[in-house]
Amino acid sequence: MFKRSDFPILKQKIKGRTLVYFDNSATAQKPSVVIKMVEEYYRQYNSNVHRSLNPLAEVVTKRYEEARDEVAEFINSQREEIIFTRGATEGINLVARTWGENNLKSGDIVVLSILEHHANIVPWLQLKEKLGIKISYIPLQEDGSLNMTAAKKLLSKKRVKLLAISQASNVLGILNPLKKLISWARQKNIVTLVDAAQSIAHVPVDVRDLNCDFLVFSGHKIWGPTGVGVLYGRRNILENMPPFLGGGDMIGAVYQDSFTINELPYKFEAGTPNIAGVIGLASAIRYIKKAGWKNIVVQEKKLSDYFMKKVGGLKFVKILGTAPAKFPVFAMVIDNIHPHDAADILGTEGIIMRAGNHCTQPLHDYLKVSATLRASLSFYNTTAEIDFFVKKLQELKKAFK
Amino acid sequence: MDIYAQNIMDHYKNPRNKGHLKNADLSQQEINTTCGDDISVSLKLNGDKIKAIKFDGQGCAISQAAISILTESLIGKSIKSVLKLEFQDIEDIMGIPISERRYKCAMLGIWAIQKALRTISKNI
Repeated sequence: MFKRSDFPILKQKIKGRTLVYFDNSATAQKPSVVIKMVEEYYRQYNSNVHRSLNPLAEVVTKRYEEARDEVAEFINSQREEIIFTRGATEGINLVARTWGENNLKSGDIVVLSILEHHANIVPWLQLKEKLGIKISYIPLQEDGSLNMTAAKKLLSKKRVKLLAISQASNVLGILNPLKKLISWARQKNIVTLVDAAQSIAHVPVDVRDLNCDFLVFSGHKIWGPTGVGVLYGRRNILENMPPFLGGGDMIGAVYQDSFTINELPYKFEAGTPNIAGVIGLASAIRYIKKAGWKNIVVQEKKLSDYFMKKVGGLKFVKILGTAPAKFPVFAMVIDNIHPHDAADILGTEGIIMRAGNHCTQPLHDYLKVSATLRASLSFYNTTAEIDFFVKKLQELKKAFK
Repeated sequence: MDIYAQNIMDHYKNPRNKGHLKNADLSQQEINTTCGDDISVSLKLNGDKIKAIKFDGQGCAISQAAISILTESLIGKSIKSVLKLEFQDIEDIMGIPISERRYKCAMLGIWAIQKALRTISKNI
């Protein structure tokens, strides 16, 4: 089980006001165990991995590789299929630049959905510029869920080579039915990439169950450090991909005129990795295991229902995305109050939120809103915080009347 | 910073000089792509001085109040002096301290005006 007091920052006051942290989709807070683990590494066994035959290097290499085992177990993969990256964004870019550049040709189609984060759009637009590929977007239904009829039609087009899609939107907070989409894709030999940056903070993720070829996520959204992430790749596909960056662990041997490539997973890990980040991420995963997915899911459902009832009940607030499979992530439009003003003023009350397009400009254009105010909650948030938010929203509305 | 300051809310709720000047000498649009705020200004000049300003657009309280205030306070000012206005001056004109995170909001209107003036300032 988990306790709110596991997260030291939540005890902080901002100008005398208790912190109400409603920006978990941007980055989640860190429990003491993660902070301690990172500190311990720097204090006690800081050294480089996979390099020297000394006692410190032995400890750090062991911890680093244990972290890989921890991640592999967490998403149900083999350890060789886990590549440590700087984050979800780097994972998608790695796939675009290696698998993409070697397997896509002019006229091939990459299918995305309209709710993708910029990080799962721009790398493909870059390939569009470079290779002349085409990009198609799966549209949405009124309630914010994917239009599966349109998706099936798109995936049945001849030249579709890749489906790259998020498991949950960072704006609408709705869980997409990826198992179905991926099974359709596999029937057509379409390679699949799952952006799990958001979903992984809300539900257990299982790559074998999803049956995807690639999956990416970031450590900092699951209560781990920033600057570390994971790319999962199906082994046989990773083996056939060229390396991404050159140097460090990706090297087998180097000669004046040539080099050889290391085996998986090191083939894709160039340069000294974010060791503290990787060890911290493993600690965050152990924290999740201890907290229990069941407990996390139950608490989040409670928060989500309460938020929909209380905030959704306000006449001057419109919540975007109302499909039932909803995480406690809410993008809102408030009558006559610009989201930036709302986030700014609520911030002075200690309520930390985000306003803008949340790196989803195509989605905002599609929904015909220029910006939204977003509340994204995590299991350590409370219904009392939602009540406080409602009270402050009502005060805000009054001031802008 | 105090968005609730009386003059800010007043200008936001009742913007002055909203619209487009007929026979404007200059017009210019400025957009903040991070938030979608959008301000179009039209200006009339009298020699090297500003005779009238109107604006159109939509956005947050800070951006809209700032441009509304400017359409009044810059009248009669020389083009040269308006081109010199910086963040500190805008803060003074608005009468409230602006936090760093709202810098672009406060500056959007003056940027539109300065951009318009720069198209002819070489000739003055």
